[in-house]
Amino acid sequence: MLFDLPLLSTLIWLPIIGGCLVLVAGEKWARPLSLAVAVLTFIFSIPLYTQFDVNTAAMQYGELKSWIPAFNIYYQLGVDGISMPLIILTTFTTVLVVLSAWEVIKKKPEQYLAAFLIMEGIMVGVFCALDAILFYVFWEAMLIPMFLIIGIWGGPRRVYATIKFFLYTFLGSVLMLVALIYMSIKADGSFSILGFHSLPLSLEEQLYIFVAFLLAFAVKVPMWPVHTWLPDAHVEAPTGGSVILAAIMLKIGGYGFLRFSMPITPDASSELDWLIILMSLVAVVYIGFVALVQNDMKKLIAYSSIAHMGFATLGFFLVFSIIDNTGSWRDAALGMEGGLVQMISHGFISAAMFLCVGVIYDRMHTRNISDYGGVVNTMPIFAAFMVFFSMANAGLPGTSGFVGEFMVILNSFKANFWIAFLAATTLILGAAYTLWMVKRVLYGEVANDNVAQLTDLNAREFVILGLLAIPVLFFGLYPAPLTEVMHSSVEHLLQHVSVQKY
Amino acid sequence: MSNEMPVIEMPNLALAMPEIFMLSMTCIVLIVDLFMSDKRRVVTYLLAQLSLLGAILITYNQLGADSVKGFSGSFVRDSMGDILKIFIYVITSVVFLYARPYLQARNMFKGEYYALGLFGVLGMMIMVSAHSFLTIYLGLELLSLSLYAMVALNRDSEVSTEAAMKYFVLGAIASGMLLYGMSMIYGITGSLIIPEISAYISANGADNIILSFGLVFIVVGLAFKFGAVPFHMWVPDIYHGAQTPVTLYIGAAPKIAAFAMTLRLLVDGLESLHVDWQQMLMMLSVLSLAVGNIIAIAQTNIKRMLAYSTISHVGFLLLGFIAAGPDGYSASMFYVLVYALTSTGAFGMIILLSRAGFESDSLDDFKGLNERSKWYAFMMLLIMFSMAGVPPTVGFFAKLWVLEAVLNADMAWLATVAVLFSVVGAFYYIRIVKLMYFDKPVENAQIVADIDLKVVVSANGVLMLLLGIFPGTLMSICQAVI
Repeated sequence: MLFDLPLLSTLIWLPIIGGCLVLVAGEKWARPLSLAVAVLTFIFSIPLYTQFDVNTAAMQYGELKSWIPAFNIYYQLGVDGISMPLIILTTFTTVLVVLSAWEVIKKKPEQYLAAFLIMEGIMVGVFCALDAILFYVFWEAMLIPMFLIIGIWGGPRRVYATIKFFLYTFLGSVLMLVALIYMSIKADGSFSILGFHSLPLSLEEQLYIFVAFLLAFAVKVPMWPVHTWLPDAHVEAPTGGSVILAAIMLKIGGYGFLRFSMPITPDASSELDWLIILMSLVAVVYIGFVALVQNDMKKLIAYSSIAHMGFATLGFFLVFSIIDNTGSWRDAALGMEGGLVQMISHGFISAAMFLCVGVIYDRMHTRNISDYGGVVNTMPIFAAFMVFFSMANAGLPGTSGFVGEFMVILNSFKANFWIAFLAATTLILGAAYTLWMVKRVLYGEVANDNVAQLTDLNAREFVILGLLAIPVLFFGLYPAPLTEVMHSSVEHLLQHVSVQKY
Repeated sequence: MSNEMPVIEMPNLALAMPEIFMLSMTCIVLIVDLFMSDKRRVVTYLLAQLSLLGAILITYNQLGADSVKGFSGSFVRDSMGDILKIFIYVITSVVFLYARPYLQARNMFKGEYYALGLFGVLGMMIMVSAHSFLTIYLGLELLSLSLYAMVALNRDSEVSTEAAMKYFVLGAIASGMLLYGMSMIYGITGSLIIPEISAYISANGADNIILSFGLVFIVVGLAFKFGAVPFHMWVPDIYHGAQTPVTLYIGAAPKIAAFAMTLRLLVDGLESLHVDWQQMLMMLSVLSLAVGNIIAIAQTNIKRMLAYSTISHVGFLLLGFIAAGPDGYSASMFYVLVYALTSTGAFGMIILLSRAGFESDSLDDFKGLNERSKWYAFMMLLIMFSMAGVPPTVGFFAKLWVLEAVLNADMAWLATVAVLFSVVGAFYYIRIVKLMYFDKPVENAQIVADIDLKVVVSANGVLMLLLGIFPGTLMSICQAVI
């Protein structure tokens, strides 16, 4: 450790306090200050990876302080192989978001940047909270900055989109709160999440709790049919908002399944796994077709996010049938790791895609695919990046997008041929909608005068996209650094899940 | 046979020290005010604040001792009462502070507001410490009469007079109901003293139709005073019709007194009947949550909106009583204290934004507040999120505790209903945030206010966040005193 500071608390509070300072600093100093805070937070998060013990599934970097003694609520933090990569993804993405706002946001930049920094701290808090109430506080608090970001800096229908976003997520999460309180009463007043994992619950209780969690997490992921807020929110959000939404917030839903639903209600999860698998497959196939017909680039990427997240949830919930069919730990673990890799990789790729759209949107102020054409002629470097990220989005081998999809599809064969068949359609659909968009936007003749006057990437944009291209390529060629940190935690989770709770 | 002299017990006056002090000070305020010219009216105000400060000190001094009864058992001093009283003083003091610039700007800065306000505080103090039906009723009437007069303070305004009239008539009916119920219970038990009633009922059984009837009337009376559906009709009209400082007064501290009264009547007195009142409160609570939250959406006036929001908060507050147990009562107490603080802040913001000739009580007046003042927009944001119960504000913990109590009492369906309606409620609170942050301002005037108002409104807003991050102390207090 660099200093004697508690690492996780630093990662939570440094950006939050930094965000408050940015707010006070005013417009002039907001940009450099927030960049400094974001970079510093990212640097602090690196030891999380380098000093992580891959051989244990136990929570690491633990912190425990009494918070509300009257209620047995603790300020309890810790990370395992599932949450650690997501935290680093968060700190990394925030740096890019701050950079991407540099010249683009002219209206109250200090509030914009402060909102993102505060949100960074809150999101890290979500990933490392080990007390249910602490988790819930972070989980809900996340809504406030995002609500403001979409509402203040968003597009024309931003108010509709942001209120829809807020109410959808709020509705999903209040029932989770009821479930959490119910369990704490069962657990003699303790709100410890790890305590909930070992709490015996009857199947009926588990089913209710599972449904409450499902509402909360399915809205967040988002899964079909509660996904409708996402396209609206994405389209209206400013670029940075879309990036954080796609790269991190959606992952929080997936993380919730792994941290709450599966370990707390394993029997209900196994009982209802068909439901999640069904919802995931609908997301992959149906939403894939929906993405195909979009005219708006951001909407198209939003729908593709839903389809890709469907892969992640598919990977998580296939484990029950795989264990039933083959009885093999290794196979089940591979599927779940595939889902996780898919989440991380989608974090990079979707962030990159939204940033690409942001780059041309800043120049043309339109997201309609039909307003573009032949951009490659005027912006060759940009086009190279965009093609690369689009290929990754379509799951081209050699990019990180391929790894997760491949692991999940491979494993779904062990569960059921038809599941695998439907899941594999993504390789065609994903390629179709992404590449067709690339074709219409980048290639062909220069479509109009506006396109003819485009200028290529500036240094700042080049750095942002370059920084994203590195992990996409690296994890595509060599995913082991990612899978090895997850391995112990995933195995531990699977062992836990396979034991009946009642 | 020895001739024993009947012992004439001198009532233990020290028990009621805060009440006696408050009464004397109020009379002094009333008299001093007579001799003040309009220019020096501020003396009345300062004297009123001084009375509250004195009461805080006196009550704080006796804090911590055991529960002591006096005045032939009709009065009780306990730590719960002391805590509630201290909150009543502090909140009233803040209310007085918020009211001053508003009244001054409208040439309404008269001593009556403060004198009536102090009488109201005295009424609340008696309600909190009452231990017999009669004392409860006395306290309640003292409070209600002061409130009727305060609503009518702006006598040239038709809306205010109408509101005062409505309030008086409906309030009188409610008091009548309460009294009728009390008389029935007196008829059965032969006592007005709360512990004696409780002892009689547990000795002779609760299975008595007249007792149940009495209970119904008492619950109706309480529901009227709380403004729980279906006895809520007066709330929006009075909130809207009264001048903002009066609405502010009505909306905050009297809720704390109503909580104490409910606790004394239903829990201390009629606990043996809890199966009956639990069901009555359940209906009141669910209806209040539904009606309050849904109708609030349709309001365009923020005072009316906050009135309906009060109704829904009362629904939540009653949930704690329904859970019937010390845990539930503590939860309700925490809820009512948090609510009083939050509502004071909300009305304080309305006063801050208003000026002579401009009431700032329409929702549209909040448009674009972020452009006019980032800081106050943020304060209002905290207050609204606290009302909606979104963490990390304190409103979340208030709801959390009540829900925990309800779930502990095995009523998961009730908790589910409550959280679903709080989602409905979230809509109209975040609509205010939307107006402040996403819309263009229609009003561009600078926010002009005295430094004391600015500081206290800011403190009030920041408190929502601070208590949300560190709710432990207040929670422990509420847990300890019940």
